[in-house]
Amino acid sequence: MNYIDPHIHMISRVTDDYQRMAYAGCAAVTEPAFWAGFDRGSAEGFRDYFRHLTEVEPKRAAQFNIRHYSWLCINAKEAENVALSRDVIALIPEYLKKPNVLGIGEIGLNKNTRNEAIVFQEHVDLAMKTNELMLIHTPHLEDKLKGTRMIIDMLKGDRRVKPERVLIDHVEEHTVRFAMEGGFWCGMTLYPTTKCTPARAVDILERYGTDRIMANSAGDWGKSDPLAVPELIQEMKRRGHSDAVIRKVVYENPLAFFTQCSRWQDWPREETAKAPHGNGTSVRAKRAKATA
Amino acid sequence: MNPLPAAKALDNFFFEARAKILDLAAFLDRIERGDKAEEVGRDPRLAKVRRALQTLLDNGDRRAEQVQQIFSLDYDPHWEKPKPHY
Repeated sequence: MNYIDPHIHMISRVTDDYQRMAYAGCAAVTEPAFWAGFDRGSAEGFRDYFRHLTEVEPKRAAQFNIRHYSWLCINAKEAENVALSRDVIALIPEYLKKPNVLGIGEIGLNKNTRNEAIVFQEHVDLAMKTNELMLIHTPHLEDKLKGTRMIIDMLKGDRRVKPERVLIDHVEEHTVRFAMEGGFWCGMTLYPTTKCTPARAVDILERYGTDRIMANSAGDWGKSDPLAVPELIQEMKRRGHSDAVIRKVVYENPLAFFTQCSRWQDWPREETAKAPHGNGTSVRAKRAKATA
Repeated sequence: MNPLPAAKALDNFFFEARAKILDLAAFLDRIERGDKAEEVGRDPRLAKVRRALQTLLDNGDRRAEQVQQIFSLDYDPHWEKPKPHY
């Protein structure tokens, strides 16, 4: 089955990973801008990084017939430095013209500080002025619930933001409801220790349904698995979910979100099997219907 | 999306759950075997682990969400938000 990994940092992966992902059916990846493992000293360091995301990785992916897209920003970890962040944000419009750029991301919060919130809002301002999609990082571990709610407060408080053009990433059991109820798209990150395991991600799908939700590996240089999305596919199969439902989560949903980008150039898709009636309905929705 | 029938879920996931509970038991034993275990026993992280373990004994189908909440910082809805630049 073809799939899309909507969040993976290929800059930190070896070329063999592209090959293994291609063998596993990966049709496309999207790569958000993130922390380099150290705080960069100047905005010029980001210019080189943006060139890597928009020029180097698409060529590396193309060797394996994988389409590569990217998102641009200064990440939340380095956003504590507001002056540097403003210099980097000023660079972004030049790179938004590149054909593989899908929007602004992964912006968000890390330790939920005031400076991070200021820089997040300034990224949102840019995205609204330039009519870009947004991919949003929510914080790790104990900071996640608080940070996710702060991010949603800011998005809901900005009358320009259309929730259907925003993907809130790294949702887990305690945050997915806030993102879904706000009308946003959701991403689940499949990590071996932190974030979601494939089994818990399928539990979330069974509880909340398959509308406006997708899963990613967020593979980077840490302990992570670039084949995590195929593992989710296996877990869904193990539980008896149909190919049509699985394809919706790992292929059609990411495309439905990404194709809203004004620069999107269509490519031939795998034919879509029709989902049996009601197969994408969550347990919660079924219960609500039964008690209505 | 229909979840697995309960009996099938038990069959399919019993050994994984057993292994994870054993890992937790061994983790707690490891701490108790170490030097100054009494001091560490007052660590707030361990208090959260104990609260989380208590939650597992509750009924219902929201234990994972409740455990996540135990390990989360409090949210203040009145935090000072930056203003959008319209």
